[in-house]
Amino acid sequence: MTVQFLSAGDTAMVVQFGEVIDRVLSDQVLALSRRIRALNVPGVVDLVPTFRSLLINYDPTQVRGAQLQETLKGLLESEDTEPQAVRQWSVPVCYDGEYAPDLQEVAQTAGLTTDQVVQLHADTQFHVYMIGFVPGYPYMGDLPKQLVLPRRSNPRTRVPPGSVAIASTMTAVYPIESPGGWHLIGATPIRLFDTRHEAPALFKPGDKVRFKPVDSNEYQRIRDAVAADEYEVKCEEVTV
Amino acid sequence: MSNGLKVLDAGPYSTIQDMGRMGYQDVGVPVSGALDKVSARVANMLVGNDRHCPVLEMLLQGVALEVQADSVRMALFGCEADLTVEGTRKFTVPAGRSVRLMKGDKVKVGALGQSLSAYLAVEGGFNLPVQLGSVSTYVRGGIGGLEGRTLKRGDGLPLVQSSADIRDEKALLEPFDYGYEQPIRVVLGPQHNYFTESAIESFLTQPYVVSGQADRMGFRLDGPVIQHAEGYDLVSDGIVSGAIQVPGSGLPIVLLADAQTTGGYPKIATVISTDIPILGRRRPGAQVHFKQVTLDQAESIACETQAWLEQLESHGTRSFAPGGVIDLEALRLENLSSGVN
Repeated sequence: MTVQFLSAGDTAMVVQFGEVIDRVLSDQVLALSRRIRALNVPGVVDLVPTFRSLLINYDPTQVRGAQLQETLKGLLESEDTEPQAVRQWSVPVCYDGEYAPDLQEVAQTAGLTTDQVVQLHADTQFHVYMIGFVPGYPYMGDLPKQLVLPRRSNPRTRVPPGSVAIASTMTAVYPIESPGGWHLIGATPIRLFDTRHEAPALFKPGDKVRFKPVDSNEYQRIRDAVAADEYEVKCEEVTV
Repeated sequence: MSNGLKVLDAGPYSTIQDMGRMGYQDVGVPVSGALDKVSARVANMLVGNDRHCPVLEMLLQGVALEVQADSVRMALFGCEADLTVEGTRKFTVPAGRSVRLMKGDKVKVGALGQSLSAYLAVEGGFNLPVQLGSVSTYVRGGIGGLEGRTLKRGDGLPLVQSSADIRDEKALLEPFDYGYEQPIRVVLGPQHNYFTESAIESFLTQPYVVSGQADRMGFRLDGPVIQHAEGYDLVSDGIVSGAIQVPGSGLPIVLLADAQTTGGYPKIATVISTDIPILGRRRPGAQVHFKQVTLDQAESIACETQAWLEQLESHGTRSFAPGGVIDLEALRLENLSSGVN
């Protein structure tokens, strides 16, 4: 493992584990992030885990970069042996026509039926690599090979919240209305981002997510329950 | 709580900001906060607030407000403009000093002069909900401030205090250097190896100009195209405020307060934390020269800046008895002469 320390100015450094999207790299990033949080490393003020690197915001009046780097090297050398609780989510998704504006096209491009696309998507357990782009937007992978497509050539200016989308090797759910270039293959009635909660994003990096197909009646029922704050997304904690 | 200030003219892009929202970048929430955190701090200091108190940030042009509270103490900072008071009383208050205004006073900040940004602080602060640890407005995410959006005409800005006691006012002791001509210091990285040596050389020696595409998310700069040596498509990694990313066009974008937390373009350099507020005052059309410093130097500068700000907060103002127009003129003359010495 060659870990690189990159400078991001006087208030941040990047610990880079590699340059590609890779589950092993992701696990290393998340392990370092967990350990920094657990140890409350002095001077560290915020962390941004990504596919392949961890950005560490620090306060230069409390710790110098060189000193922080030494601390981090120590953390990287020691083993991370504590068992981890991993959250496994089950997210209801309606893949029916009006909720899935790009499903037909995706199926055609991939040479599959729409049912096959839905099945491939719903049969995969996804790993939350990172959250970015907009608050709560989870980059989840990896898509089955048959569903790997480039982004839409013509991005939408407004994608409705709850849209379930795919592009490249990833799937995501749009937490808020935003522009977007991914293919919309379904919609979930649940909230992915809620500022009323201390943890505003439903998912965090390292979580596992499965999508559960529901029909439009069930979608409406859940949507009403979500609006009334009477719905809890199914989640299991598994120790690994 | 009282509906303290009514917005008569919201200006093109006015929001409520504080020192920012830390701790949520791992779930994609930008830090936000004032573009020019130094001026926001000084504005708060002039009305006797803690530095974290939310202030009104205006960009490009000022706002007009009507005082609906019994009285309010406010201070403008971050630009050369004056606060113009109209209504039954008419007078002006220069930036850099506090003033107590009465119910019915109409106060206006017009053109901001050379500065892109300016800050209006009120004693006690605005009474708005803290969301995720901050009152800062992040418009794209609809978080913070007044309903997560920019101010509009007719808004009521609630204040924590419904009146302000009569007491001495404060003014800055020394003239403030806004640094309009100052080079913007950067540390190279995290991906300067994605650029040719001559591109880095050009970036550090040629002038850039703040383009019309400048907002709280970032400033796109016009100037010499920066050549990539190794392509420009990275697997996304983290972005820090001040990061200078170079997309395929070769024209740099300096990411600022509302920058998204991750991105996939290589970053040639990062503006040092001390110079981010200075850059946050540059309007479209203003020149930017970059100057390289080492990380060690940048960290020392950050420590010096922190000490200077603390010194400014504890000893940077003088108090004076509140008065009318004549007193203001006297104070202005005094400031002028001390500036010449």
